[in-house]
Amino acid sequence: MLEIGHISKTFNAGTSNEVRSLHGVSLTVEDGSFVIVLGTNGSGKSTLLNAVAGGFIVDQGSISIDGQNVTAWPEYRRAQFIGRVFQNPFSGTAPNLSIAENLALASRRGQFRGMGRALDRAQFGQLREAVSTLGMGLEDRLDNLIGSLSGGQRQALTLLMSTLVKPRLLLLDEHTAALDPKSADQVIRITDRVVTRDRLTTMMVTHSMAQAVSLGDRLIMMHRGRIIQDLKGAEKRRLRPEDLLARFEEVRRADLLDESAADLLRRRYI
Amino acid sequence: MSLLLGSLTIGIIVSLLALGVYISFRIFKFPDMSCEGSFTLGAAVATVLVVAGSGPLMATLAAVLVGGAAGALTGVIHTRFKVNDLLAGILVMTALYSINLHVMGTSNLPLGSADTFGSVATKIGMSLSGGAETVSLLGRPATVQDLSILAATALIVMVATLLLFAFFNTQMGLAMRATGDNSQMIRALGSSDSAMQTAGLALSNAMCGLSGALLAQYQGFADIGMGIGTLVTGLASVILGEALVGSRKLGHLLVATILGGLLYRLLVAVALRIGLNPNDLKLVTAAFVLVALVSPMLYTQWRKRRDAGAQNA
Repeated sequence: MLEIGHISKTFNAGTSNEVRSLHGVSLTVEDGSFVIVLGTNGSGKSTLLNAVAGGFIVDQGSISIDGQNVTAWPEYRRAQFIGRVFQNPFSGTAPNLSIAENLALASRRGQFRGMGRALDRAQFGQLREAVSTLGMGLEDRLDNLIGSLSGGQRQALTLLMSTLVKPRLLLLDEHTAALDPKSADQVIRITDRVVTRDRLTTMMVTHSMAQAVSLGDRLIMMHRGRIIQDLKGAEKRRLRPEDLLARFEEVRRADLLDESAADLLRRRYI
Repeated sequence: MSLLLGSLTIGIIVSLLALGVYISFRIFKFPDMSCEGSFTLGAAVATVLVVAGSGPLMATLAAVLVGGAAGALTGVIHTRFKVNDLLAGILVMTALYSINLHVMGTSNLPLGSADTFGSVATKIGMSLSGGAETVSLLGRPATVQDLSILAATALIVMVATLLLFAFFNTQMGLAMRATGDNSQMIRALGSSDSAMQTAGLALSNAMCGLSGALLAQYQGFADIGMGIGTLVTGLASVILGEALVGSRKLGHLLVATILGGLLYRLLVAVALRIGLNPNDLKLVTAAFVLVALVSPMLYTQWRKRRDAGAQNA
């Protein structure tokens, strides 16, 4: 389904702000699998998702979706395969358009947009039905501007929009991190339901240990632009939050060791 | 009466320009200076073609097309070559100054006695009125010529507005509105925001070209300087319209922009009548737009300070 082969990305190459965000990352995601991506700040997990979505072109390596090499494709062209929900609830919806208009746009994701009517009565009825599955009462407010809704409501709608045309790959980039706990919980439940129902191939970046252990059938952990752990099947199912915390602690210690060792060498030889 | 009808006619013509500015500035949030050049370009092309005898309809359509091409050029310079939006517009506007001089061959080109949309409208009006030169309107005499031209411009603007409204409710039009609102979203939904922006600027400048073409035919000449300040004039109309209507619905905003254009022109006519020096017109307009743009921010700041003060007291 998704094949990532040895991709690397360095931002601001050749300047003092040089950041090596991805270090030869390889990953194969099977059809229908739900991958949780975990990592420390700056580990490259969001960058990995962005590389797949086409937010930038990678320096090295290749990315293919469904056997199609998309490495050089611009973001908008990859969107025919990919549904996305962003961390910022404002990134996924157009505030000055109505709920119905936003959904109508999403109902043609990846298709040609011509001179046909964007929204007709029949479609309005279908959208109403789709929105009612969220259970938020938004189906009676389809003519309201999206800008008037809360972050949680907008994020739930973005999730609905990203799956309105069934995506080959769903990318969720910490999509509950900016929400209050109650909304986050609601959006996670909708996520779980939609992904399971449509057997969507999904990659989800998260900070939450609870989400990481309870969701998905595979977990990858990233650190400093590399994948340092890849758990599947029974291993993933047995995983407890304590195991993850222990692993993080291990990584942190290794880092400290690295730094103190470097410091020792510096003091001795310089 | 003639002055009022004339002001209304010019107001309606200017409201087409305001619609163009609404598209670039409000829908795409793009401060598009190239409209100053495409307005004059439309006037120049229409005048040259009318003088050459190709008829007002063909001349006006040509003006719309070249205006659109100028806008598309600004769009390409900005989206493809990543030139800053303001600078992209200024580059095209500056280049158009020379092009407009070449098109006209002089800095001021009169129409002479060639047929314009106005003269065609007057002929139709005359045949409807049974040959009478003047009719009574609200108890005052009004020339059939003034009324016919006013009716023709109103008709053109109505058709243009309906077309725009219909377009912005198509799949492509809706994607354009979303692009200005949230370009990240429109890319994630599979449309090129660059293409949408370029097409939007073409549409905006086509409206400016149309406005210039009609104004040149109405006033009887094209002038190299007639585009100066059009962006600010358009903005003033857009802002006045928004204040009049106070709605965020597309249809309301389109109508509001036209009403804003009319109101702006009437205010100008009144101000000139009561003794405003015409040389000060652009200064006053710029000051108005500045105040309209910054006053909401100043008001919010003032309220925040007041609330903070109340909390500390």
